[in-house]
Amino acid sequence: MAYDKFNILKTSAVPLPIENVDTDQIIPARFLKATERKGFGDNLFRDWRYNADNTPKEDFALNNPKYSGKILVGGKNFGSGSSREHAAWAVYDYGFRCVVSSFFADIFKNNCLNIGVLPVQVSPAFLENIFAAIEADPETLLEVNLPEQTITLTTTGEQEHFDINDYKKENMLNGFDDIDYLLNIKENIREFALNTPL
Amino acid sequence: MKKTLFDKVWDSHVVHKIENGPDVLFIDRHMVHEVTSPVAFIGLKTRGIPVMYPNRTFATADHNTPTINQHLPVADPLSANQLKALEENAAEHGISYWGLGHEKNGIVHVVGPEYGITQPGATIVCGDSHTSTHGAFGAIAFGIGTSEVEMVLATQCIMQQKAKSMRINVNGELNKGVTPKDVALYIISKLTTSGATGYFVEYAGDVFTNMSMEGRMTVCNLSIEMGARGGMIAPDQKTFDYIQGREFTPVGADLEKAQEYWKTLSTDEGAEFDKEISFDASDIEPMITYGTNPGMGIGISKGIPLAEAVEGGVATYKKSLHYMNYSEGEDMIGKPIDFVFLGSCTNGRIEDFRAFASIVKGRKKADNVTAWLVPGSHQVEAAIKEEGILDILHEAGFELREPGCSACLAMNDDKVPAGKYAVSTSNRNFEGRQGPGSRTLLASPLVAAAAAVTGKVTDPREFL
Ligand code: SF4
Repeated sequence: MAYDKFNILKTSAVPLPIENVDTDQIIPARFLKATERKGFGDNLFRDWRYNADNTPKEDFALNNPKYSGKILVGGKNFGSGSSREHAAWAVYDYGFRCVVSSFFADIFKNNCLNIGVLPVQVSPAFLENIFAAIEADPETLLEVNLPEQTITLTTTGEQEHFDINDYKKENMLNGFDDIDYLLNIKENIREFALNTPL
Repeated sequence: MKKTLFDKVWDSHVVHKIENGPDVLFIDRHMVHEVTSPVAFIGLKTRGIPVMYPNRTFATADHNTPTINQHLPVADPLSANQLKALEENAAEHGISYWGLGHEKNGIVHVVGPEYGITQPGATIVCGDSHTSTHGAFGAIAFGIGTSEVEMVLATQCIMQQKAKSMRINVNGELNKGVTPKDVALYIISKLTTSGATGYFVEYAGDVFTNMSMEGRMTVCNLSIEMGARGGMIAPDQKTFDYIQGREFTPVGADLEKAQEYWKTLSTDEGAEFDKEISFDASDIEPMITYGTNPGMGIGISKGIPLAEAVEGGVATYKKSLHYMNYSEGEDMIGKPIDFVFLGSCTNGRIEDFRAFASIVKGRKKADNVTAWLVPGSHQVEAAIKEEGILDILHEAGFELREPGCSACLAMNDDKVPAGKYAVSTSNRNFEGRQGPGSRTLLASPLVAAAAAVTGKVTDPREFL
């Protein structure tokens, strides 16, 4: 599915300093019953965000009015567990365009890249500094520069380079997805399939 | 160049390589279920393109299905809608669909091998992370997201960078009461839930050589819980014997030719792995988890580790124990439980029911326990009846439900209530995984059986 192009994102960020955040937390299974991609943002972190009676949990970061912005900063091993792309959709649909962590689970990272959410992996030390900066001032701005592959803590100027392969980078910059690419090489695939009996 | 098993299968499926980018990987077989596919089919419709090779995709309904009264219409309108969507999408695109009530219906990773869809040397994907199960046959099998489901439907390919390789060796003799599930939970507890992220794992050593195909599936199934993209075991005679005679298995000259090839599927002597780890089988005891990720497991006779002894974030660790309402240092043995779940693509096969029955035979279900025994497929269900296991279960006060994912992810009515404890043979103990507020203790079918008859966490070796 097409998504908005990503270039430079300068925004405040929402901190979630918890490790091993799994996709069952990001979007619990009971919200996977839809047959369309709609409304997942409302249920992002549902059980951390709301009590059983649907009243918001005041102390959860997403409910705290002092935090805002298009970047979600999570603890180590973010997005582990289930392969549900709904988790990445929920992050995107809520309004985040970028997730920062010191380590991402594989499938979640892939899913993000496929739908236009940029996963930015930083060092554990830098992650700590980001959390500390947001703690000190929730309006702290982060700048994620995709062309340069850098992330900057604007308050201190501290900067790190992040990895992304050229192909995915190109896709993110242009809002392309993999299917566009694959459809272009369909003849190669057909030929390959001829030699690969079922 | 010397190649690993993973290299051999992966390299033979690369259609096209992109420099400093992913490989275009051809997918032999694609499994589809109702939850992660609807949006992919919408994608095809939006683009106005057909499924490229409908005969390479197989659809079953499992995640969202009730496990009682499957002959009645599905009561939950949302679930019913999702099942209907899959049925219609499959019909529209000419894909085989094994819906509720179909004799081949069951959990996607249980029916794939049962019907010979899973074969050595194949690339297999499904929009479900436990697709790694099929690696037990020497296939490259892994879970994908919905965008990738759409890619496979549209082009029979996905685009991914080749993973790094890791070999995990477990040699020696397993102790009494130690099952494949315990071996896997032990490895995950040592590696943590992110220890194999970025890797594809090959399991090697006596323990896996001696293991049944069912056991190998359990181990490969859990690969994802240490972050690995997948796990695989080199095919051997046991694999070939298992596959023989199944519906989608080649026959005659085709089978001979296939076997010839399958026999080449092992890691070359001296091939290099990016990482290699070894464990001693005799160190493993029956395992149980005490926390909210599958890496938080310990030998059942041990106590819950102290926060200071645990690597990584103390705050996260304490949050997890708080959720479980457990404290550091406590013993697991003797902890009261409320539910027992036997089933899932991890432990919903016939061998698991045999193991469970071996302990409950001649005993009675504890009064405080609600037990959900859910076969992984109709084939498993039939075998349970044929082998007389159903009678044993009934005598002990248990009932058998109908096939499906059930309480593994609690999308249907099989939900563990908030605050209650479940000993579960499934694969994930995340917060709320088995229902909002539920608390899950992952364990083997033997540990589940021991808990089911005593009503508390019990060392199954007492009964063996
Ligand atoms: S049993 Fe559980 S893990 Fe397996 S396919 Fe179903 S939901 Fe996924």
